Amino acid sequence: MMGEVGRLQPQFPTLARQREADHFGMLIFLTTEVLIFGGLFAALFVLRAEHGAEYVKSSKAMHLWLGGLNTAVLLTSSAVVALMVEAVKAGGARLAKWLLSGAIALGLMFLAIKFTEYGLEYRDGLVPHLSPRNLHGGPDTLFMDLYFAATGLHALHVTAGLALLASLIWPFGAAPRDSSAVLAGNAALYWHLVDVIWVFLYPTLYLAR
Amino acid sequence: MKAVRTILLAWAALLALLALTVAASFAPLGRVLPYVSYGIAIAKTAIVAWIFMDLRKRDGLQRIAVGAGVVWLAILFVLMFGDILTRGWPS
Repeated sequence: MMGEVGRLQPQFPTLARQREADHFGMLIFLTTEVLIFGGLFAALFVLRAEHGAEYVKSSKAMHLWLGGLNTAVLLTSSAVVALMVEAVKAGGARLAKWLLSGAIALGLMFLAIKFTEYGLEYRDGLVPHLSPRNLHGGPDTLFMDLYFAATGLHALHVTAGLALLASLIWPFGAAPRDSSAVLAGNAALYWHLVDVIWVFLYPTLYLAR
Repeated sequence: MKAVRTILLAWAALLALLALTVAASFAPLGRVLPYVSYGIAIAKTAIVAWIFMDLRKRDGLQRIAVGAGVVWLAILFVLMFGDILTRGWPS
């Protein structure tokens, strides 16, 4: 399969041009992803601009340390994925598979911590509709709505990223002959974007004071 | 090997910035805090983009693709805040 991916296709004059196009297409796609989350960030910024005090109060009810731990987990997984791409480029498919497994384990850990947090928020009575005991239907409810929309959409992206990373173990393989790491490189780009989005979600939702 | 060292250094820098952003949220910074928080987030993004996403090795076209995202995001935020922040002025 990877031989197919790495091979020159008829519409490209050179392999170098084909690889450029591969990464270019992926980066354009990631740009659209940034804009999807941009809308959610815009809503959160407006909420903060209009209701500063309530926004800070809601943010203080977040589990700051779990969010911080999750940031560390995701940053670490990104570093592991970057190492994986280097391993693929160097022809170390076996090492790449180990690194992929490590990154996937960290991604699953992120999701586990995230859902633990959702459980705690349910217990705290901060979940709109399901457990709204401590919500008052004002900016605080709006904050939690946006919190679940943003982190939920992000968790969905983490899940998609995990599937993409797993596909490099099976069925596509970690590219023993793909010295430019086209497929692995693009999967890595997606994973790094998911990481960057969380880097902005963390101060926006957890660290407003 | 040099690539591995660069990645590990970037990772250490990212974790240090994370510690810094958490510490800053406890400091009495008041209205300055969002600027510090987002300044650190932008610094982290720069490290991830430049080193993990290999933007330092990519050609101009690929960098423009990333830059286009930033420009569109800027249009969204500038026009939106142009509205929100200028509401309610005495006429």
